[in-house]
Amino acid sequence: MNHRAIRAIYLFEMARTWRTLLQSIVSPVVSTSLYFVVFGAAIGSRISQVEGVSYGTFIVPGLIMLSVLTQSIANASFGIYFPKFTGTIYEILSAPISYFEIVLGYVGAAATKSIILGLIILATAGLFVPLHIHHPVWMLAFLVLTAVTFSLFGFIIGIWADGFEKLQMIPMLVVTPLTFLGGSFYSIDMLPPTWRTVALLNPVVYLISGFRWSFYEIADVSVSVSIGMTVAFLVICLTVIWWIFRTGYRLKN
Amino acid sequence: MSSIISVANLSKTYGSGFKALKNVNLEIKRGEIFALLGPNGAGKTTLISIICGIANPSEGRVLVGGEDIQTSYRKARSLIGLVPQELHTDAFESVWATVSFSRGLFGKPKNPAHIEKVLKDLSLWDKKDNKIITLSGGMKRRVMIAKALSHEPQILFLDEPTAGVDVELRKGMWEVVRTLQQSGVTIILTTHYIEEAEEMADRIGVINKGEIVLVEDKTTLMQKLGKKRLTLHLQGKIISLPESLSQYELDLCDGGATLVYDYDTKGERTGITSLLSDLRTAGIRFNDLDTTQSSLEDIFVDLVRTS
Repeated sequence: MNHRAIRAIYLFEMARTWRTLLQSIVSPVVSTSLYFVVFGAAIGSRISQVEGVSYGTFIVPGLIMLSVLTQSIANASFGIYFPKFTGTIYEILSAPISYFEIVLGYVGAAATKSIILGLIILATAGLFVPLHIHHPVWMLAFLVLTAVTFSLFGFIIGIWADGFEKLQMIPMLVVTPLTFLGGSFYSIDMLPPTWRTVALLNPVVYLISGFRWSFYEIADVSVSVSIGMTVAFLVICLTVIWWIFRTGYRLKN
Repeated sequence: MSSIISVANLSKTYGSGFKALKNVNLEIKRGEIFALLGPNGAGKTTLISIICGIANPSEGRVLVGGEDIQTSYRKARSLIGLVPQELHTDAFESVWATVSFSRGLFGKPKNPAHIEKVLKDLSLWDKKDNKIITLSGGMKRRVMIAKALSHEPQILFLDEPTAGVDVELRKGMWEVVRTLQQSGVTIILTTHYIEEAEEMADRIGVINKGEIVLVEDKTTLMQKLGKKRLTLHLQGKIISLPESLSQYELDLCDGGATLVYDYDTKGERTGITSLLSDLRTAGIRFNDLDTTQSSLEDIFVDLVRTS
């Protein structure tokens, strides 16, 4: 394994994060704080409790997931799209490095960034509401699994996109709505039965539910189903990436 | 001299059906400077892209340093440094960071002394902390060469290295290339500038419409295909050529003031002696004469036209 190459890509991508600190870290933290003010303080003051947890506390896992999902996709898709756009991808393709190692470098960096971000948001949330994490190990496991899975998904989008519009399209039109409708700000038990059934088709529901369980032991669906669904999505993303590299789709002529 | 690159029966057909390479066979010798000449769209970049791993071949096999570029790509690629035609750079990175990144990407341990040497050789040392976006086009080109040399390759591909580069810088680059060759690096360059191939190359390959038309030692090529031109500046103008000179293919130019005679240097008899003698007999005198050898450009144009 060319571990030096993985390290080079990883550090190169991480350096981009520090260079764009405002955009990478500060901006998601500010927007999450705004969610707390609007949903937690303004609306939450009119909602007493959700399944025994104060509303402000209840939305913390959903908010973290919201940022982790969108940032994983944004980081990973931009990370691989940008070399394609500028043409510097030639160097990656001509280097003695396997596809697996390329993915490890880019996805590893993207996932690291979103995990750091998730933890920063968690710390920020601690300033607004009292927090108690029942299963910290599971919480971290969900965080890492989600960050990796959606970074892989972002990597696929970055390969597929042949313009900046496409790069934004899936995150804006698909992922953000799914996250908002996936129970970030409410329990799907609060929905009417028909909509509850529809909501179960949304994969993000399983992520948020599992993650919330690790915090408060309350979940919309069983934890094993949450893990199963996340792993299933991970496997799908890995399969697509394997296919991309095997065929050279949008990378090699 | 042994081959460092061996291309056998290589073909490339793009999805659109366009055949960019047709059954290409080519051997690059260790330590030489090989110039690949060809008009736009001839397949030069496609050939390089396949050898370097950027494009997939449709058919055929390529060995680099005896290693197959597909089954043993790690070993094969680690021998190669590539400077592509376009200026692809990480605009917001510093020169030092981007060159060090390339070394890491090729799996080499950190070696600041080597990076320093490469940057100094390419006159980039004082720019090492500058962001690439702030550099001029010529400097960016040198940064790309520095990236390609960062991992100490045995083979360097220079795809149109001096396109859009001013004359002084071009000569500077030729110096760099020569020094590299002296250090044992094999260099393959593609160029539009015949002058560049003539100046630099040990051997020349001509590619046209996806086919290798010719591969030859530069000097042999110029001797083999070169024609010479004898120009005679006459003492007085003549209106027409006398019958006694009709056996020679002479051109009367400049309103009858000069006579031009093309002859083949590879022929056993050039016909010059008898021409001069017949001119004397015919009473045609001249003040001066000069001979010029056809350039590689003339040879190239001839080849491409006939292929």
